[in-house]
Amino acid sequence: MAQQAAKTGFVANLGKIYGTYTGSFIGFVLVLAVLEQMGVPNRIIGYAFVFLTIGVYAYIGWLSRTMELSEYYVAGRVVPAFYNGMATGADWMSAASFISMAGGLFIAGYNALGYVLGWTGGYVLVAVLLAPYLRKFGQFTVPDFLGVRYEGNTARVCGVIVLFSASFTYIVAQTFGIGIITSRFLGIPFEIAIFAGLIGILVCSMLGGMRAVTWTQVAQYIILIIAYLTPLVWLSTKFYGNPIPELAYGQVLDQISVLEKKLGILRAHAAPYVDATGKFSWTEFNNFWALVLSLMVGTASLPHILMRYFTTPNVRQARQSVGWSIFFIFLLYFTAPAYAAFAKLEVYQSVIGQQISSLPAWVQSWSQVGGLLTITDVNGNGIIDLTKYAVAGPVLDLGDIKIHQDIIVLSMPEVAGLPYVISGLVAAGGLAAALSTADGLLLAIANALSHDIYYKMLDPHASTRRRLIVARSLLVIVALIAAAVAGTRPSGIIQMVAWAFSLAAGGLFAPLVLGIWWKRTTSVGAIVGMMAGFAVTLFYLIATQYFAMPLWFGIRNISSALFGLPVAFIVTWVVSLMTAPPSKEMQEFVDSIRVPKGEVAWAGKAHE
Amino acid sequence: MAQLTPAQKDAYWRKTSRLMWTILFLWFVFSFGVQLFAVQLNEIKFLGFPLGFYMAAQGSLIAFVVLCFWNASAQNKIDEEFGVSED
Repeated sequence: MAQQAAKTGFVANLGKIYGTYTGSFIGFVLVLAVLEQMGVPNRIIGYAFVFLTIGVYAYIGWLSRTMELSEYYVAGRVVPAFYNGMATGADWMSAASFISMAGGLFIAGYNALGYVLGWTGGYVLVAVLLAPYLRKFGQFTVPDFLGVRYEGNTARVCGVIVLFSASFTYIVAQTFGIGIITSRFLGIPFEIAIFAGLIGILVCSMLGGMRAVTWTQVAQYIILIIAYLTPLVWLSTKFYGNPIPELAYGQVLDQISVLEKKLGILRAHAAPYVDATGKFSWTEFNNFWALVLSLMVGTASLPHILMRYFTTPNVRQARQSVGWSIFFIFLLYFTAPAYAAFAKLEVYQSVIGQQISSLPAWVQSWSQVGGLLTITDVNGNGIIDLTKYAVAGPVLDLGDIKIHQDIIVLSMPEVAGLPYVISGLVAAGGLAAALSTADGLLLAIANALSHDIYYKMLDPHASTRRRLIVARSLLVIVALIAAAVAGTRPSGIIQMVAWAFSLAAGGLFAPLVLGIWWKRTTSVGAIVGMMAGFAVTLFYLIATQYFAMPLWFGIRNISSALFGLPVAFIVTWVVSLMTAPPSKEMQEFVDSIRVPKGEVAWAGKAHE
Repeated sequence: MAQLTPAQKDAYWRKTSRLMWTILFLWFVFSFGVQLFAVQLNEIKFLGFPLGFYMAAQGSLIAFVVLCFWNASAQNKIDEEFGVSED
C-alpha cells in the first residue's frame, strides 16, 4: 500500500518533478558557462556534461528499481499520455536523427526530406491502426499479441525473429554512435568509450526495466530538445532577428538559390527529385516515394516504439499519447532542415571563394580535428575553390573542401559564435538521443527473449523472481554482444539503421494490422505471410548489397520493404481464404480488443 | 464485450472504420499526394519558402500532428456515443 501511495504521488507530481529537473539543468549549463569564462578548460566542461547527465540517468534508474513484473515490463501502466509522448520521442530519435539528419539534408537538399516525412508520418498509422488496440490487448510484448491472435508459439517465434533482426542491427548502430560521441568529448579511445557508453545504457535499464527506461527517456528528451534548439535559435536571432529559425530560413533558401546560380551549382537545394546534374529524375522520384513508405510503415512496426503504448493507463491515453509523441518528434524534425539551410548559406557565403588564411574560426578548428572537414588547396592558389558538387556517402566534396554530414549539428555552436559550453550541451544532447534509443531497443530485444522465449515457451512455471533475474541477465548479455559487434566498427552502419525499418515493415506490419482489422485472418495465413514478407525484404537487401544483384525498378535497398510489404499482405490474404476461418472464440477476442471498455475475451486456453 | 448488441457492435465498428479510412486518406494526401506536385508547387512562394519544399519540410508534418490529435478526439466521441469509453 505504501508503495502504491508513493507511486501515485510520483505520477501526480510529474509536472513539478520534471519542471524542477529542467530548471536545474539550465542552471547547470549557466554555472558551466560562468566557469568557462573564469578559465576552466574545455576538457573539464566536456567531462562535466557527460558524467553529470549519465549520473542523473543512473539516479533515475536506481530510484525506479523494481521487483514487480508489470513495473519491469510495462512501467506499471501509469505513464500519462503527455509524458509517454516525451519518452517515445527520446526512444525514437537516435544519434542518427540528432547528429546526421541535418547533415543529410545539407548534402541532398529536397531529396533528403524523404527522411523527415518518413520518420514522422508513420505515427499516423500507429495512432489509427495499432496503438489503441495493442493497449487494450494489454500484455507485455508485441510477439505476445502475435502468439495469442495466431494461436501458438510458431507465430510468437516468427515475431521474435523479425523483432530481433530489426532491432539488433539498430542497436549496434546506436552503440556505435555512443562510442563516437563519448570518445570525442572525453578524449578516450573508441573501444573504451563504447564500454563506458554500455554502462550508461545499463544503469538506465537494468534495475527498473521499462519503468526506469520510461522516466530516464523523459529526462533525456528534455536535454536533447534543449540541446538541439539552443544553437539554432541563437543563430537565427543574432543574424536574422527572428527567434524562430523554422520561419527564418525561408529567406535563407532564397539566398542559397542566388548563390547556387552564381557559383554554378547544378543541383539546387530546394529542387525536388533531381539527380547529380540537377535534372528531374524518375529514379530519384520513385526512390523518394519508396523511402517515405518504407520508413513510415517501419515506424508502425518497430516493437520498441509499439511497446511504449503498452504503458499508458488506458486506451484513450494511448491514442492521445501518439499525438504527443509525434508533436515532440516534430519539434526536432522540422528544425533539421533549418540547420541544413543555415549551414549551407554559411559555407557558400563565408567559406567558398575565401582566402584559406582568413577562413571563419569554426572551419579552422574543425579542419584540425580531422575526419569531418578536410581542406586541400588543389590548385594551390590559396583560395577555397568550388569545382564540383559530388556526394560520396556521408561526405560532400566541393573540390577544395570536403564536408562530412555530422559536422552540421556539431559545429553549429561555433558557427553561431557561442561559447564552448554550448558545444558540451550539444554533445550531451547527442548522447541522450543515442542512449535513450539504445535503451528502448535493448529492452525490446531482452524482453522478447525473456518473456516470449524463456517464460512463455521454455519455463511457464518460473517464479516472478526467477523471471526477473533471467530478464536482467539477458539484458546484460544482449548489451555486451551489441557493444562487441559495434566495437569491430562494421561498415555501412548508418545504412543498417534504415534496414531495420524495412525488415520490421516487411515482417510485422501485415500480421499486426490484419490481426486487428480483418477477423478472417487465419493463423496459417498470418505466419506464412509474415515469413514471406520478411524473406522477400531480407533477400532484396542481401542480394543487392552483397551479391551485386541489379536493383528492381532502380529502387535502392534502403527501401526494400516496398517489395516485402505487398507480398506479406497478399500472401496473408490468399492463404487465409484458403484455410478455415478463425474460431468463434478468436472472433470474440478480436471484437473485445476493438472496443476500449470491458474485459479482453481470451481465446483458447486461459492466459494469465 | 461491453453490453453492445451485435447491431450496435457493427455500427460502432463501421463508424470507427470510416474514421480510419478518412484519416488514412488524408495521411496519403499529405505523405504522397502533395509531394507529387512538388516541382510545380515550388513555383509558389509561401512564408518566403518554395511551397513544395515547405510542404515536405513542415506543412505535411504539421498535418500529421493534427491528424493524430484529431483521431484521438474523434474516436473518443464515437466511444462515448456508444458508451464504450473507459470509466
